[in-house]
Amino acid sequence: MKYRTKAGLAGVAALALLLSACGGNSGSAGGVIASGTAAAGSATSAAGSAVSSATSAASSAASSATGSAGGSATGSAAAGDSALLTKAEGGSLIVGIKYDQPGLGLKNPDGSFSGFDVEVAKYVAEKLGVPESGIEFKESKSAERENLIDRGEVDYIVATYSITDARKEKVNFAGPYFVAHQDLLVKADNADITGPDSLDGKILCSVTGSTPAQKVKDNYSATVALQEFGTYTECVEALRTGVVDAVTTDDVILAGYAAQYPGELKLVGSGFSDENYGIGLAKGDDAGTTAINDAIQAMIDDGSWAAALESTVGPSGYTIPTPPTPGS
Amino acid sequence: MSDRLSVLYDHPGPKARRRNAVLSVVVALLLLAGLWWIYDTLNGKNQLTAQKWEPFLTAQMWTTYLLPGLLETLKAAALSVIISIPVGALLGVARLSDHAWLRWVAGIVVEFFRAIPVLILMVFAAAFYALYTGVSSGARPLVAVVTALVLYNGSVLAEVFRAGILSLPKGQTEAAVAIGMRKTQVMTQILLPQALTVMLPAVISQLVVIVKDTALGGILLSFAELRRAAGTAASVYGNFLAVYVVVAAIYIALNLLLGFGAGYVEKRMRVRRGGGTAGLEPITGVGEAGVPAALVPDDRAT
Amino acid sequence: MDFSFLSDPRYDILGAFWMTIQLTFFSAIGALVLGTVLAAMRVSPVPVLRGFATVYVNIVRNIPLTVVIIMMYFVLFSQLGLRVAERTPGVNPQGYLDTTNFRLAVIGFILYTATFVAEAIRSGINTVPPGQAEAARAIGLRFTQVLGLIILPQAFRAVIAPLASVLIALIKNTTIASAIGVAEASVIIVTGIEFNPDQITAIFLVVALGFIVLTLPTGLLLGALAKKMAVKR
Repeated sequence: MKYRTKAGLAGVAALALLLSACGGNSGSAGGVIASGTAAAGSATSAAGSAVSSATSAASSAASSATGSAGGSATGSAAAGDSALLTKAEGGSLIVGIKYDQPGLGLKNPDGSFSGFDVEVAKYVAEKLGVPESGIEFKESKSAERENLIDRGEVDYIVATYSITDARKEKVNFAGPYFVAHQDLLVKADNADITGPDSLDGKILCSVTGSTPAQKVKDNYSATVALQEFGTYTECVEALRTGVVDAVTTDDVILAGYAAQYPGELKLVGSGFSDENYGIGLAKGDDAGTTAINDAIQAMIDDGSWAAALESTVGPSGYTIPTPPTPGS
Repeated sequence: MSDRLSVLYDHPGPKARRRNAVLSVVVALLLLAGLWWIYDTLNGKNQLTAQKWEPFLTAQMWTTYLLPGLLETLKAAALSVIISIPVGALLGVARLSDHAWLRWVAGIVVEFFRAIPVLILMVFAAAFYALYTGVSSGARPLVAVVTALVLYNGSVLAEVFRAGILSLPKGQTEAAVAIGMRKTQVMTQILLPQALTVMLPAVISQLVVIVKDTALGGILLSFAELRRAAGTAASVYGNFLAVYVVVAAIYIALNLLLGFGAGYVEKRMRVRRGGGTAGLEPITGVGEAGVPAALVPDDRAT
Repeated sequence: MDFSFLSDPRYDILGAFWMTIQLTFFSAIGALVLGTVLAAMRVSPVPVLRGFATVYVNIVRNIPLTVVIIMMYFVLFSQLGLRVAERTPGVNPQGYLDTTNFRLAVIGFILYTATFVAEAIRSGINTVPPGQAEAARAIGLRFTQVLGLIILPQAFRAVIAPLASVLIALIKNTTIASAIGVAEASVIIVTGIEFNPDQITAIFLVVALGFIVLTLPTGLLLGALAKKMAVKR
């Protein structure tokens, strides 16, 4: 039971936010933020929702506008300082990753970590001046990510973290460093599942409380049956034994599983929907966001990005996509 | 046990012995056929290959997954039982209080937490800590699991305590009052120590329930207990079935050990007391003969 | 406290608790039957039956129910190939899937809960005075008759209270069926954390109330029945 004064204060702030949300009845996003940080918060979220609908070129302009708006607001609060960069100068960083996602973030039997997210995390840390030995990895479950950042328990998170408007209200996102697409994992010899619209009469597996599977049912195949388990491990096991017909989530995650069982499982490869993976860090740390964006750009430019993908999810036959534009 | 049960049937004569032997052989054959079918089916699906089972001979399987998972399980179980005992004692004594309001409050708390599933309690505890407290996210699953187990098992033990105190001969209280002890003194110096000894085996057997319930923490809470840690191992080695078989075996061994521990303590206490006062008969398993129903920690089946 | 989630169609509270009741109903009946058979085996004159029942009870009741339920799906169903429902091609497989998961969960609950039923009944058999069995044997009844006509009817009356505890535990245990995707009462709280974390306390209280409504009357009713049925000695 580790209590931190800082975390405690954050908790009180969160409580205050929550109460205001309850009071405001369903609490519009802007309202929640405004009561917590500054007016700049609502400006950020407004800009954020503009980003989602804009194309990459147009949105980069919008996001730079967000940056300046946020910067001026945090200027008074954090004395123009980036918590991330200050921490990095100290030579050590705590980075949130997944522990159980083969190909992306996996804790290996020997206690080491491997995967594309881990490679990106290391590269960014290095660019921030922190060697690999100075990184402490921390497990970041999907549901915990905003909380971890909010409480300052991690400095940044690289964990299949999709950039969404709702999340942007709570954390800053650098990136995207990768664009994933929702896809389907099937047995290698399966010929009749060709995409999300060929799942009628099939059984589709996903994790409890996940939206991707519901999305398939709502938008593509109305008579698909949904099986839910606690983790993807169980879904993949069920797929291998043939009691479910397909597993759905982001393609790069599925590629990690496919790489584990070469020749046994394959991706359907008709990716639908875009998931922009970002690096999450503390809300309002815009200098840090820019620094990470620069690091991602450098990683793409010097070829390390493609090499990291090739070595982690490449073995599944996953075609390396063209890199995204960080900061867009 | 055996001589009491043999009362149900006559000492087998030559005919009965023959019939029993035939029955034994038939049943044994059926069992063997069943086991063979399981073996054959699993073998046919390549579940029994060396590749699936060899990881258990490597140190890493144990040091990275199974042992840390087991440690989390034991940590949660130990913390839960240690905190549950005083909580249970307090609630149990409160239910026997002379103050009606205290009896009521304790009664409602005990009945509430015994009526709702531990899984629900755990999930809510985790959400509660995340929303309203500063418990760090790393510690949260363990804290939530322990909180839920303490609330539930504390309530179960409260009933055990209460029944234990009520089962003590009236003379104990009367004698204590006669030598001028106050109410609290009677409770803390005379009744509680005796009740504690009586219920020690029950507490140890409750540990079995707690150990099993820690596995609930892995379903929706991502508490890295043995079962969940094993799931991660299964995804690394691709041997789901083998991992689950081994994990089940670990739980069985651990819980049998605890069961034997409870039995041993109980036997020692019975010997020490020399089979005297009938009211102090130690508590054993579910609804053991002669034990008042209330003395049996219910919900053993969790 | 905000209870607005009650009108949200994502929370099928009645449906979820109906599932809990169904799981409990079928599991309870199955566990009672299997538990009685196991108890009978444990006191039978055939050593192999006694041995099997003892080993079974001591193994199964020491495995966490979570592990039992997951093994039902991944060992019994997916590896050993036991099919508990028919999958009709061309029809929406949701029905097949729900039936399969439901039945697998019920089988798991039966296998697990039966061990506790067996232990309860065995201790109930101990409460029947030896004279009863001796008298029954003296008039020439065989083992099955002694057990079925004389001992078990009395034993059952003595174990209503412990069996009520087992039943209440079963009602609560059905929440574990969510591990293999059965939409029972625990999914309400999971949905709550996903979509309405701000109302989580209210959601918890509603789910808790649902379980209290199920468990409290069960305990009271069976408690009264136990008193009424107790064999006066």
